[in-house]
Parts: sequence; C-alpha cells; structure tokens
Amino acid sequence: MRKKLLEIKGLKTTFFTDDGQIPAVDDIDLSVHEGEILGIVGESGSGKSVTSLSIMGLIPSPPGKITGGEIRLDGKNLVTLSDKQMQKVRGKDVAMIFQEPMTSLNPLFTIGDQLKEAILIHNPKWSKKEAFARAVEIMKLVGLPRAEELLKDYPHQLSGGMRQRVMIAMALVCDPKVLIADEPTTALDVTIQAQILQLMKDLNKRLNTAVLLITHDLGVVAETCERVIVMYAGQIVEEAPIQEIFVNPKHPYTQGLIKSVPDMRYKKDNLYSIPGSVPKPGSIQVGCRFAARCEFAMERCIQETPPLYEAGEQHKSRCFLLEKQEVEQHVENFIES
Amino acid sequence: MSKTLLKVDGLKKYFPIRKGVLNKQVGDVKAVDDVSFEVFEGETLGIVGESGCGKSTTGRLLMRLLEPTEGKIEFAGKVISELSNNEMRKARRDIQMIFQDPYASLNPRHNIGKILEEPLIVHGMGNAKERKKKVLELLEIVGLNEYHVKRYPHQFSGGQRQRIGIARALMTNPRLIIADEPVSALDVSIQAQVLNLLQNLQKDLKLTYIFISHDLGVVRHISNRVGVMYLGKLVELTASEDLYAEPLHPYTQALLSSVPVPDPTFEREQLVISGDIPSASNPPSGCTFHTRCPFKKEECSQVVPKMQEVKPGHYVACHLYDANQHSMI
Repeated sequence: MRKKLLEIKGLKTTFFTDDGQIPAVDDIDLSVHEGEILGIVGESGSGKSVTSLSIMGLIPSPPGKITGGEIRLDGKNLVTLSDKQMQKVRGKDVAMIFQEPMTSLNPLFTIGDQLKEAILIHNPKWSKKEAFARAVEIMKLVGLPRAEELLKDYPHQLSGGMRQRVMIAMALVCDPKVLIADEPTTALDVTIQAQILQLMKDLNKRLNTAVLLITHDLGVVAETCERVIVMYAGQIVEEAPIQEIFVNPKHPYTQGLIKSVPDMRYKKDNLYSIPGSVPKPGSIQVGCRFAARCEFAMERCIQETPPLYEAGEQHKSRCFLLEKQEVEQHVENFIES
Repeated sequence: MSKTLLKVDGLKKYFPIRKGVLNKQVGDVKAVDDVSFEVFEGETLGIVGESGCGKSTTGRLLMRLLEPTEGKIEFAGKVISELSNNEMRKARRDIQMIFQDPYASLNPRHNIGKILEEPLIVHGMGNAKERKKKVLELLEIVGLNEYHVKRYPHQFSGGQRQRIGIARALMTNPRLIIADEPVSALDVSIQAQVLNLLQNLQKDLKLTYIFISHDLGVVRHISNRVGVMYLGKLVELTASEDLYAEPLHPYTQALLSSVPVPDPTFEREQLVISGDIPSASNPPSGCTFHTRCPFKKEECSQVVPKMQEVKPGHYVACHLYDANQHSMI
C-alpha cells in the first residue's frame, strides 16, 4: 500500500447565508495516496468543488467556513494554518488547476511574468534568469512548442488547449506533491481534451505527482483514475477502485448515473433516467439524501442517515441495502437491465 | 425512404472582418462554407463538431435568424431562403428552435404562461381561451403542472427550464425542431430525462429534429443520421450506426477516438491528433483538415475535397476516397 499523502477526516464546510446554514460539504473522509489519480465525480451542487477549495484554503469567507474536521497533508493539518502559512503551502505542496483557463490567467500580464511570479514567490532567492530557465523547462514539460517565444505572449493570444497547458505548467512549477484538477477539460473540445488528459497521465507517471481529479464526466474518470469517489448532495455516497465502480456499483445513485450516460459504442433504446432533480444544498437534514429519487427507498431511508458500509475490498457505499444483504438481487437486476 | 422535409444546398455564411478607421473589410470569417444536406421527415439528423465548426451558425441560418451569404434552403417544397422577412416570420411557425442555455433564453420578467402563450399570439393562433388551453396541454406533455403557469423562470431548475423551452417550441405545432445543444448545460441525470422526453415527443407528435451537439454519445443516442462538421464544412454524413462502426473521414476517426468512454476495461486504438483547430478567418487551403491529418497527401493542401457518396447513404469529403482511387485505408 502506498503512503497516504493527503488525508481528510470529517471535513465539514458550511456556508452561512440569509437562508440559514448550508452544509455544502458534510463529513467527508478521503485520502489520496502517493502517485495515484483519485477521481471525485458528482453533479452540480454535490460539493465536489467545495471539497477542493477547502483543501486549498480558498473557501470565500464570509460566507463560507470550514466548521469541522481536518485536512492533513503529509501529517500537517492545513485547517489550523494561518493565512500566511497557508500561502506557503499553496502552490508549493498542493497546487490547483481550474476549469476555465481564461479566467484564471491574468489578461494584463504575459505568460512568462505569471509563471515567473509563481516561481519567485516560492523561491525568493532565485535570480530572474534562473526563474526564466525554470519557466522554459516547465513549458517544454507540458508539451508547449516555442517555449521562449510563448513566454512573451499574453493569455488571449493562446488557444484554449494551450492555456490549459500553461495552467498545468504553472501548477507544476514548484513540484507540488498533490495536484487538484477541478474540471480541467470541461471547457475544452474533445480532441483537445484527449490531449490534456494524456498529458496529465504522463506527468503523473513521470513526476509521481498525486492527482485529485474533479469532474462530472464518468468517461473522463474511467480513462484517467485509479480510484473514484462519488459525491451526492455534500456527502460521499460511494468509493471504489475504478473497475469495481463501473462493473459492480453498489449505491443506487451510482447505478443510475452510470446507466443514464449515453454510450457512444452502442445505442440503447431508452436511456435510463433518475427521476426528480438534485436537492438544494442543506434542504435534507435527516435521512438518506438520495431517498426521494431512489427506486429502492424504504421507510428507514427517510428517518435515518445511512453510514458508509464496507461493500468489498476498498469499496464503500452509503446505503442501507448493503446491510440487508439484498445487494446481490439488485445488482443482478442492474446487470440484466 | 421517407420524404425530404428540408433541403439545404450550398449554404454559406461569411462574416466580414472590418478594420481601421474606414471600417474597411479585410477578410471573412467563413463560419459556414458550402454545406449541403437533406433532412427526411420524421428523422433526427445530428450535427456534431467542435467549437467554431459552424454547427450553431448552420442551425441559425436554417431558421434565418442569420441571413445566409449564399445558398438555397428548401423547406417542405418551399424555398424559404428567398422569402421576405414577413413571409419568413410566418414560415417559422413550422420550424422552431430549442436553445442551449435555458437560463438565457427565457424572459425573466414573464411568467411561464406568458412565455408559452407568446408564440401563439405572434402567429395569431386561437383566441384567449384556446391559447390558455393549449398552454396547459403542453405543460402537461413536457411533464410540468398547471400550477407552474404563474411562476417565473428563476423559480425552476435547469432541467425544468429546458422543459419549458421545449414546450415553447412545440406551441405552434411545428414540423421541424432545431435543437442547439439542448442538454449541454444539464447534469447527467437530468440530461437523460430531457433526451427521453425529446424522443417520446418525436414519436407522439411525428416531429423531425435537427440535433446540434458537441457530445458524440448524446448524438449517437438520439440521431438516425449524423453529419460531422469541421471548420465550416460538412466532412462526413451517414447513418448513425455506420458513422460509429466505420468512420471514414480521418477527422471523424480522431473525434470518435478522443471521446472518453465510461468503461475502464475498454481498450481502443487512440488516434490523438495534434494541434488546435485553425482559425476560420484564415482556413488552411485545400482540405481544411490537412494541417492535422495523419494521412495527408500532396493534393490535400491544394484541392478542396468534394462530398462524395462512397457507400449507399455514406457521404465523405476526403481525397483518400477519390473515385479513381480504389485502395482505401
């Protein structure tokens, strides 16, 4: 077993709004091991982005606040760090790339200026020349051609795919241990997406950087990750190795999600669809948050919140069905349909 | 074979690029460049492509929300590309559109009843009572309720809003619906609901769809035939099964092999093409794909390939399949 690099225990991030307290992330436990790619999948409002922002210490406060739990990076608890201490961790130990590369680059500075800034903040003793050399090196690493010239360009002069490569370069410039990628390819076209995912996999292998990949796209997860966490309405509902989750999903939500994605390889007559819609964050306090949309929901699901049950090796699922040993039956039905 | 409902011939849309104090035209963005296809009654024609390939512009041209630079559009035997604005407005009763962003395409100040009634008023259909009845009828058809009539768009979720968009498109009993990325803004579980709704409506109301999307999985699921666009041109057009089983154009092959498949055991031959999509204001000469094509030949950079029928019903625009050349890759 590889070493645990990032370990989150009982993380709770709450937003204090006029409508009351909204727990966007509620009691999350997860760990990222050295050199692995862990995926977090979920629909909008599931809390996947809030989880990543909590790790980075970037929750807008007010209204948001981490109200419980701990985030340990290499043993150090990030939640208790001061802003100043956190600034040293951010970018150096954990780095993040965002969905929209255009809005995360400053349009008024050249690529080179922005890359060098990141380098010099964390290596204040370096000369400008050294920083420039490092910038060129990292640009080549992410597969950008004509690195020296590109450094003089402004973000708007690059295409979407190139900008995302620059973002990855910027994130990797200080050799972080963990890279958080929040929907890194959602804004890109498929042919470009394939290039960026390939790049991320290569870099993960070559640099041994652990990656936490956040996405809504099950296809992206299947192609890149080793392990997956499925989130729903602020909670983890299932966690499993990649093969397991697609072949043997235990939670009704995961099952429904997998069945409702159109597969390019063959035509299904009728697409399965999960009835209803994602509940508003904080609207369900008691009971399973998926109960209202679940075809297997029982009386108990509305009254009690199910814990995460062991469902196999490295496989956990938050569903009472696991307790009742009715699982086999349901899985059979799932495979048949 | 069913009847042709829509026939598009040599459709072009060039947007002028103007520069300088005198606003002189210095070039064109060839958003849609010589596109021809037919849509048969009762089918769904999917149009796929990446951003900037002209798929949305094509959709807008068909409704004449944009004026074509050149080309002929024939709908149900009538040449609608030559109609006056006034006549075109009447013709739009039979052609309706569903937009991508259900947040931006509904007027936030009108309640749902008013939004749905509007098309009927514009087209002078029915009296107040009949219109009201029709509104309720369609709300039910798309899976909403009577009590939604008095609500405003912001009170609905994304999926519900897209249902309203669909109901609005159906108000005038159209024959053809152009759906421009109708499920792209929705979550996966909601996306499936809307796709199923569209399919059921097609069956019940005998609708014809043009379904524009960048998502190949979704297009495969809903379409009978699929056209692939690249830089303003249609490069391949065929039955949906054919396209996915045996894509002929190198771009289609690359596109299909780039789509992540939700199955970790799936192994494929990946044809990752390098580079970005060139700018439509300065497209490459000859075949516009030659700059990224792994099978490029000499003539590809010089001669624009023509759309040809390689197999029955399977059209492709690529020099690899030129008639005089028998060897195929």
